[in-house]
Amino acid sequence: MKYFSLVWSALFRRKTRTLFTLLSIMAAFLLFGLLDSVRGAFANAGHSVVGASRLITISKVSFMFALPKSLYMRIQSVPGVAEVTYANWFGGIYQDPKNFFANEAVAPNFFDVYSEFKLPAGELRAFKETRTGAVVGASLAKRFHWKIGEQIPLEATIFPQNGGSNTWTFDLVGIYHVANRREESQEDAMFFHWKYFDEARAFGRGDVGWYIEKIGQPKEADRIAQAIDAISANSDHETKTQSEDAFQSSFVSQFADIGLIVGSIMGAVFFTLILLTGNTMAQAVRERIPELAILKTIGFPNRSVLALVLAESVLLLTLGGVAGLALAEFAVSVIRTRLGAQIPMLPVGLAIWLQGLALTVLIGLVVGALPARRGMRLRIVDALAGR
Amino acid sequence: MVSKIGYAVAVIAAAIVPVVALVALPAWAILAGIALLIAWLAITRSGRQAWSATGVAIATIPQRLGSSSVVVIGIAGVVGVLVALLAMGEGFRSTLQQTGRDDTAIVLRAGSQTEINSIVEHDSAVVVAQEPQIMRDAHGQPIASPEIVVAAAIPKKGTTVDANVEIRGVGAEAWELNPQLRIIAGRRFTPGLRELIVGKDAVREFAHTRIGSKLVLNGQPWTVVGEFDSGDSHDSELWADTNVVATTYHRGSSVSSVTVRLRNPRLFDALKAAIASDPRLKLQVQTTRTYYNAQSAGLTKAIRILGTTVGLIMGIGAVFGALNTMYAAVATRTREIATLRAIGFRGVPVVVSVLIETLLLALAGGVVGAAIAWALFDNYTASTLGANFSQVVFEFRVTPQLIGQGLKWALAIGFLGGLFPALRAARMPVTQGLREL
Repeated sequence: MKYFSLVWSALFRRKTRTLFTLLSIMAAFLLFGLLDSVRGAFANAGHSVVGASRLITISKVSFMFALPKSLYMRIQSVPGVAEVTYANWFGGIYQDPKNFFANEAVAPNFFDVYSEFKLPAGELRAFKETRTGAVVGASLAKRFHWKIGEQIPLEATIFPQNGGSNTWTFDLVGIYHVANRREESQEDAMFFHWKYFDEARAFGRGDVGWYIEKIGQPKEADRIAQAIDAISANSDHETKTQSEDAFQSSFVSQFADIGLIVGSIMGAVFFTLILLTGNTMAQAVRERIPELAILKTIGFPNRSVLALVLAESVLLLTLGGVAGLALAEFAVSVIRTRLGAQIPMLPVGLAIWLQGLALTVLIGLVVGALPARRGMRLRIVDALAGR
Repeated sequence: MVSKIGYAVAVIAAAIVPVVALVALPAWAILAGIALLIAWLAITRSGRQAWSATGVAIATIPQRLGSSSVVVIGIAGVVGVLVALLAMGEGFRSTLQQTGRDDTAIVLRAGSQTEINSIVEHDSAVVVAQEPQIMRDAHGQPIASPEIVVAAAIPKKGTTVDANVEIRGVGAEAWELNPQLRIIAGRRFTPGLRELIVGKDAVREFAHTRIGSKLVLNGQPWTVVGEFDSGDSHDSELWADTNVVATTYHRGSSVSSVTVRLRNPRLFDALKAAIASDPRLKLQVQTTRTYYNAQSAGLTKAIRILGTTVGLIMGIGAVFGALNTMYAAVATRTREIATLRAIGFRGVPVVVSVLIETLLLALAGGVVGAAIAWALFDNYTASTLGANFSQVVFEFRVTPQLIGQGLKWALAIGFLGGLFPALRAARMPVTQGLREL
């Protein structure tokens, strides 16, 4: 630590060069923070604590196929199932197809099973009592400036009403919040009564999209899933039951291999960064050869010279890295408040900071290694003579 | 101090205009600009001075190989990532766009945006097929194919995870509607039997899709009898007879959509009007080009935004890298440049020579980056969920336009990275420069 001021002044010996290098490092770590936040959001989809204690039952054919409502009582009687609820994808559009958000018709006990969706008791009661009632997530309500009491028209893409009309109107009676900010994207959805939906739709009456089971013991998930699937084995509506986590991650993995894309970009970015800062460090050491020789002359051992140069390069990377990650944190929070859940992004949390800082130290050591070795192996006589 | 800041502001303002122009202008305008530059170098006096100063600068690059390669590699990284990301968007877009045509139209239920959401009753399908705008085949039958789209869960090759694969039931006229479709192995399915033909991309991506394989769809056994190549997004699908698919999936007599061939693309508006004004029909019609373009729009835009954002941030990093290198280059050549000035070279040729040096390095970086993106990613196969909630297989396409765009970015970064060092070189006091060691 006593050499800190020496390292610091060596680093800012050429202010412009150090500044430019810092800005490059900042850009790299800004990108790292942003991309890792997106990657994390995809990897995190469905990996909630509650997700492990819920099972999802879909049609074995594909999740687009409906299941009969008659399964409800039979699933409920499976030992280990604490509570069953069901939902149906509606796929309605609000004003413009660009305004996409999930909207589902759900059973009355939906919010009991999805206990992480916090709905004030009065609003929950209002929802249960209003036939055409609907509940939306807080970030969705914010996006369209909806207030409780408002009527929300949705244009059906799948389910026209009995009379042939495509427009369904719902009364907004409640707004729910999700406590964990990492799962904010869950607030981008709208739920209304399956009963109202089922009575008014033109076809498919008596069908539900999927069942969700809350189970007491996550350890028993496999056994319970098999028991549920056994109910409809060899019927014309065979089911496939899996944990909510497994269902969501298989869905996300069908979109794209986000990890691979982000990994390749970051590979290219850091490879470029290592060469760039490596060049800066090499220049810095080359210029300072006489100074390093003087340090050695006055008694600095080889090891100290090595450590000084390495410390300088780690310091350079850390300064730029911290600034870049701070910028990323700021940018992500701005994007998240401005665009809500439209772009899947996690807040830049501790994990990203730790990974980023580990990378700065690692890259700092890699980049400093060659120049530091050169400084260590200097022959004082040659160096002082400028040879 | 104030004048220094004023100077910096003026230079930055002056730098922005050409950079915006570089990125915005079409390729021919940039080529014309380069031709003008070469003419200036060859003909005018200061141009010839600039040319010989550039020669000196380039001749000394080998002495600064390490730091010059930073410009090349930094810009190669930016261009490589940019081109690869845009090639992904371009591949997806062109796969879907090729599926659409102006002389075929797709009829869906009003309000549905995709076939998987749509239901067309049997009676409506019959009425639509009889519209006079629809072409008839040699036997006088309207060229209209009632189609059913369902998603089946089939594992991807080498995995146990199910992917949604599109099964398309097609009518007897499907072959007339898709003249570009060729059977490349096996034979067509026999109407009335549980037989499938598989698109060439689906064969590559999904398990159990080789000719002779048995597939279980909704509990019933099906046999794969042929492979087809259609050169568009149908290559990710499995095709079978509409009526048999309807039976397997308990669809009754309704279908998802009706695709028709128009006698003439100009008759589309008449068909649209006829369907809209028929009180029996609650349907909408669009050309297949409009339909498939709309399906690729969202993802293509998302990828373009992602690519540009990533490219921009990396580009900013690369600009500072280039600035460092070129300031160092000008500093090591202080004496040379001062000597040139002393023997009568003006400021402009010196500025231009440093700029040209940087631009050449940047161009080399751009070419390297685009070449790497091309070598690694051209025709690289990927798949994603399409609008029908089933897999669309597509290939990355590194097109000449994308390479051109990458090179434009390279030149813009090189220009920004070279301009400030070039101005410093020209403003350096000659006497002081000559004394420099």
